[in-house]
Amino acid sequence: MTTAVPGIASPGTPDLPGLPARPRPQPPNAMTASAAFGWRALLKIKHVPEQLFDVIAIPVVFTLMFTSLLGGALAGSTRRYLQFILPGTLVMAVLLVSMYAGVGLNTDVSKGLADRFRSLPIWRAAPVTGALLGDVARYLLAAGLVTGLGLAIGFRPPGGAPGMLAGTGLLLVFALSLSWAWTTLGLVLRTPQAVMSTGTVVLFPLTLASNVFVRPQTMPGWLQAFVKINPVSHLVDAERGLLAGHPPAGQVTLVLLASAALTAVFAPLTAWLYGRHQ
Amino acid sequence: MDGVTRIPPPGSTAPAVEAAGLVKRFGPTRALAGLDLMVPAGTVYGLLGPNGAGKTTTVRILATLLAPDAGTALVLGHDVVSEAAAVRREIALAGQSATVDDDLTGRENLVFLGRLAGLGRRAARTRAADLLAAFGLEQVAGKQIKTYSGGMRRRVDLAASLIAAVGLYFLDEPTAGLDPVSRAQVHQLIRSLAARGATVLLTTQYLEEADQLASRIAVIDHGTIVAEGTPGELKAAAGTGILRIRLADPAHRPRAVRLLAPLLGQPALAEADPVMLTAAIPAARSAQTPSEQAAEALTQLARAGIAVGEFALGQPSLDEVFIALTSNDSHRKGDS
Repeated sequence: MTTAVPGIASPGTPDLPGLPARPRPQPPNAMTASAAFGWRALLKIKHVPEQLFDVIAIPVVFTLMFTSLLGGALAGSTRRYLQFILPGTLVMAVLLVSMYAGVGLNTDVSKGLADRFRSLPIWRAAPVTGALLGDVARYLLAAGLVTGLGLAIGFRPPGGAPGMLAGTGLLLVFALSLSWAWTTLGLVLRTPQAVMSTGTVVLFPLTLASNVFVRPQTMPGWLQAFVKINPVSHLVDAERGLLAGHPPAGQVTLVLLASAALTAVFAPLTAWLYGRHQ
Repeated sequence: MDGVTRIPPPGSTAPAVEAAGLVKRFGPTRALAGLDLMVPAGTVYGLLGPNGAGKTTTVRILATLLAPDAGTALVLGHDVVSEAAAVRREIALAGQSATVDDDLTGRENLVFLGRLAGLGRRAARTRAADLLAAFGLEQVAGKQIKTYSGGMRRRVDLAASLIAAVGLYFLDEPTAGLDPVSRAQVHQLIRSLAARGATVLLTTQYLEEADQLASRIAVIDHGTIVAEGTPGELKAAAGTGILRIRLADPAHRPRAVRLLAPLLGQPALAEADPVMLTAAIPAARSAQTPSEQAAEALTQLARAGIAVGEFALGQPSLDEVFIALTSNDSHRKGDS
């Protein structure tokens, strides 16, 4: 068959543009490879923004609905309730977005893209470190959107800009640590949908049975007991304190300890599962 | 390297792939059952076999994606387990074992993978543009891969494996699901790669493809190589000839089948067309040449009063070789 193919060499003419250039470039260093994966993660936010907005929609709706519906009854005025609920829905939004760390990794593995990465002469952890860069961007975007919405409808944190920065920083640390749990899950489960639904099943009880919406004092005893040990409650308490301008040292320490524990357990587990030859 | 001799044969360079005794189990199934493979450098080598025979497992082990349970493999002189990083610098993978990112555009995928290949920003963009042009993808370069047709996606995938020049290309069923024009493009590409001195390990289910492209072929079944050689050698080994007979009267066919079976030592296959008969003439049956055996068969038919409208003696197609090799139980050395 001698069909002329534009640009692709026929047997007699082996040097047209489709063929690889010589000499072969040096493999990229760890930083360059991670940056390439980070760039890819940012492109995904641009191309698939619904991954961000689908999950942020829930805390946004809760903020608006609960504030106007229950705010007066729960806190005396909608404005006062907004000061209470917004740090909670902020936490909820970022934690829900964090699930996509696992969904993304699972997609790469189940579609065979991870195989291509593994066959490349690059630092083995680059796909994961690069993805973390994208995660940071998504968490900042989610936190910015919820905070922006709050400010627009009357949220006035006494801690001001420094409080908001500190609050966002702590939330970022916790969400990134939790990401390792999602990436582990993403490497254990078969499909991206399974990661998503398992993540939802874990996160909804954690965020609802917490102090996000109401103070636990009026809850039944067994629920109070759960709310007290729920790490999300501690995170929300820490956020409220930081945004209010009087950082609760104990709660912040607890959140940092929980973050360290999550990372210590799930980061090596992710690395082992990802690097393992099946 | 235990069990693998690394002395190149005189007058040739070291082989691109030398694998000995590869075993890989997935739970109770044995995907590879002691596979030996020697791929000469600078050639297109066809790895042929039915689904589940072990083709993809072999490629995945050679591409350092999977560690074998037993056996050794050298790729361009590097051990795939202990020197995996060195192997990865010398290989490129395309086809069903690798893919591209659905959410990104064609251009973004190629720039991204160009960066991972070690190209600078500008060089990666230039290379991506060249490849998009070469593969006729300029029109869709800015669209997400998920909107591509199967053929376009395959072309991006192949383009991605050509970003940097390497010594060995693994093309795992690169033309599966492609239309004839795209397939012809891929075939030209494979020939061009080999013409430049690279080695191409091509896995395929299309025998015609292996026949056209590969200078040597290994037929793999149940995790071992059941036959290896040039396409011509494989055809010769499976049978020296195929006798095709068109009978004048379809009613005679059952009788003709019975008559030819003992004569040729193999059942004459009754084809869908009721007047056609195909018989493989066995290779080492007697001192008779294939044409003598064919003549004898025709004589017997004439004596029995079966009129023959037309007959032809030809080489078996690679398809027939393949079916003979992979359906014959005596070749099965798999699980027991």
